[in-house]
Amino acid sequence: MSFFKKLKDAIVKKSEEVTQKFTEGLSKTRDMMVEKVQDLVRRYKKIDENFFDELEEILITADVGVNTVMDLIDDLKGEVRKHKIENALDLQPILSEKLVALLKNEDNQTTSLNIEEGRLNVILFVGVNGVGKTTTIGKMAHMFRQQGKKVLLAAGDTFRAAAIEQLEVWGQRVGVDVVRQNQGSDPAAVIYDALQEAKNRNVDILLCDTAGRLQNKVGLMDELAKVFRVVQREIPDAPHEVLLVLDATTGQNALNQAKVFGETTKVSGIVLTKLDGTAKGGIVIAIRNELNIPVKYVGLGEKMDDLQQFDPEQFVHALFKGLIDEEIKEEAETETQQ
Amino acid sequence: MAFESLANRLQSAFDKLRGRGKIDEDVVNEAMREVRLALLEADVNFKVVKDFVGRVKERAVGQDVLKSLTPGQMVIKIVNEELTELMGGNVSTLAKAHRPPTIIMMVGLQGAGKTTTTGKLAKYLIKQNHKPLLVAGDIYRPAAIKQLQVLGEQVGAPVFSLGDQVSPVEIAKQAIQQAKENQNDYVIIDTAGRLHIDEALMDELKNVREVAKPDEILLVVDAMTGQDAVNVAESFNAQLELSGVVLTKLDGDTRGGAALSVKSVTGKPIKFAATGEKLDALEPFHPDRMSSRILGMGDVLSLIEKAQEAVDEEKAKEMEQQMRKGEFTFDMFLDSMQQMRKLGPLEDILGMLPGMNKVKGMKDFKVDEKQLARTEAIVKSMTKAERQNPDLLNAGRRRRIAAGSGTTVQEVNRFIKQFEEMKKMMKQFSGMAKQMQKKGKKKGGGFMPFKGGKPPVNPFGDNNPKGGGGFNFPFNPFK
Repeated sequence: MSFFKKLKDAIVKKSEEVTQKFTEGLSKTRDMMVEKVQDLVRRYKKIDENFFDELEEILITADVGVNTVMDLIDDLKGEVRKHKIENALDLQPILSEKLVALLKNEDNQTTSLNIEEGRLNVILFVGVNGVGKTTTIGKMAHMFRQQGKKVLLAAGDTFRAAAIEQLEVWGQRVGVDVVRQNQGSDPAAVIYDALQEAKNRNVDILLCDTAGRLQNKVGLMDELAKVFRVVQREIPDAPHEVLLVLDATTGQNALNQAKVFGETTKVSGIVLTKLDGTAKGGIVIAIRNELNIPVKYVGLGEKMDDLQQFDPEQFVHALFKGLIDEEIKEEAETETQQ
Repeated sequence: MAFESLANRLQSAFDKLRGRGKIDEDVVNEAMREVRLALLEADVNFKVVKDFVGRVKERAVGQDVLKSLTPGQMVIKIVNEELTELMGGNVSTLAKAHRPPTIIMMVGLQGAGKTTTTGKLAKYLIKQNHKPLLVAGDIYRPAAIKQLQVLGEQVGAPVFSLGDQVSPVEIAKQAIQQAKENQNDYVIIDTAGRLHIDEALMDELKNVREVAKPDEILLVVDAMTGQDAVNVAESFNAQLELSGVVLTKLDGDTRGGAALSVKSVTGKPIKFAATGEKLDALEPFHPDRMSSRILGMGDVLSLIEKAQEAVDEEKAKEMEQQMRKGEFTFDMFLDSMQQMRKLGPLEDILGMLPGMNKVKGMKDFKVDEKQLARTEAIVKSMTKAERQNPDLLNAGRRRRIAAGSGTTVQEVNRFIKQFEEMKKMMKQFSGMAKQMQKKGKKKGGGFMPFKGGKPPVNPFGDNNPKGGGGFNFPFNPFK
């Protein structure tokens, strides 16, 4: 059974609602990346330098990352020489396979959050300015509330004007309390208060907001390290998750962000927001191939429940939907013929 | 600094060209391959890179270039020119309505920094004695209105809001009416962040435009945006006819490819760049200066402008006089240090100096601002008499200063020793001042907070890394 067939079978077993969210949210990525590759393969009768140039363009413009793309192209050129492939259509299976391999979850990185019953779970959110940290916290609070968990929010962004109010609005929307101090106060102190409050109230999950900061600002990163230390001191194995929130429209700088934030706070997972734009999500591939941090959640829309746990199978399925459907149709036809 | 790694990559490509007596097409091609990769890695749009490299190549292999005496330099010059052109050529200024108020509309994706930029732009206008009115048109994001109100209060600009239940079109209409009544000469309309493919929200923007008839529609773009920046800009431009672009978060370590692509795709100039979290961190964008920063040629012009803005001229004059006489006291030291710190973070200043990004170790170099604060504390713990006359500083006094400044006696000793060296150096320099005059200008100084293009000392020692052991100000900032 082909890889695509297996994938299709696996997807059928999953929640239709989730499948639809992924398929819809990633429709732009599909159009811009996979469909373009399809079109390219159909247009070129013969493989030549221009073919590879165009392929390179499609992948790079999808933010897949220059290094990854160069490797892939070299790989393909090697295959073409080895098997003396002339027709672009014959290269297609190899190409799809390689693209899927870039996305596949080989080391079985877990994408679920490290949440345990019966203890206070602390999740720290970090990232640069404007990626959607506060919004993600709102959405995640909603998600945990739906699961019947007791949630508390900590307004640790004491820098940006009205960031505290923004979190409070989210708190009211989903029915969760927010621990806060005034703008300009020490974020570590806010987090400390929140930890005490969470212990007193027997809360299941504490979500800690922090101010957006560019990763090359040493002073601000030190401040974040302090927040991290305070959490560690108060609860020995906390924070149980440090989620780096990344904007999917970010280019190659995302890799820098993951690296530097990782050094400061031991990032345990990535939340990729705004994937529903025309951003082509190629950065998922870049992250997978150049970093060892799993993407755990993705933002696929503006609604409260548009935050979804990242599922590599769903991701590949959503991207290659056209191809998969085609292949399955072909197989079905051959079967009926036989 | 933004562009830093792009600058490094480009310069290593150029090193292959420099110093060669002869250059042929192959050498140019090889260098251009590097340039191409460097640009792609910096998220410059693929098509833009293709055109750019094509143009440079065409010009570079021309006969005049290859036959010139310094072909390598010629190629770099061409890249510099093309890069400047790519980013928009000349500085573009903000539009001004014939009859005030001038209306500016801010648009962009979520999280690009529209609201913050609105606040910064207000501050920029207020500095030039304008009276801007800010309009809270983002009725969707929780607390966006509150955010603008807080910013308005900080910069001292009124904020017009009708809450989050009235349509942005109505808000804009009434805001402009109010601006006319209150004689505000600028109206800056903040709008909600939206995806350029969201038709309903884009229609709303078009309606706001209909009513407001803005003189400027500024697209706010996050400098870290990847290849998609071009689609975003193209789409906003097609639907709203932008008049310019504001680049935000340029103080990150992004390679800033978006900056290089947006102008060339939309034809709309980058008008401002936001370079920090503080509200005065918004500057007019100078393509030529940015280009020479990327190519490691420094940006002395911006530095001088900054100095002119921050430095107290009277004080500088007075200090210059004293120095010419060979005087140098702790008070003067403190003054010059404080003036320099007004210029902004040291790291930013260093980034503008020519050749600085080629100094070894500059990449990991961080200025220890705390160390500067400690030095300040040491000086401030001295009595007036001590500051005038360092000879008074015996062991007892040094202990007292250490206790007063929260440092150790060793630190105080080290600082006093450095100060003495500095003073000695000053004396030598003041003796040579006349000879130095011509040379100083050539060196592109003008950086120390002293008036004129002839700094008594070069504050960071010889810019040449091999020079070593140069003069350190206020002491070695390199860790």
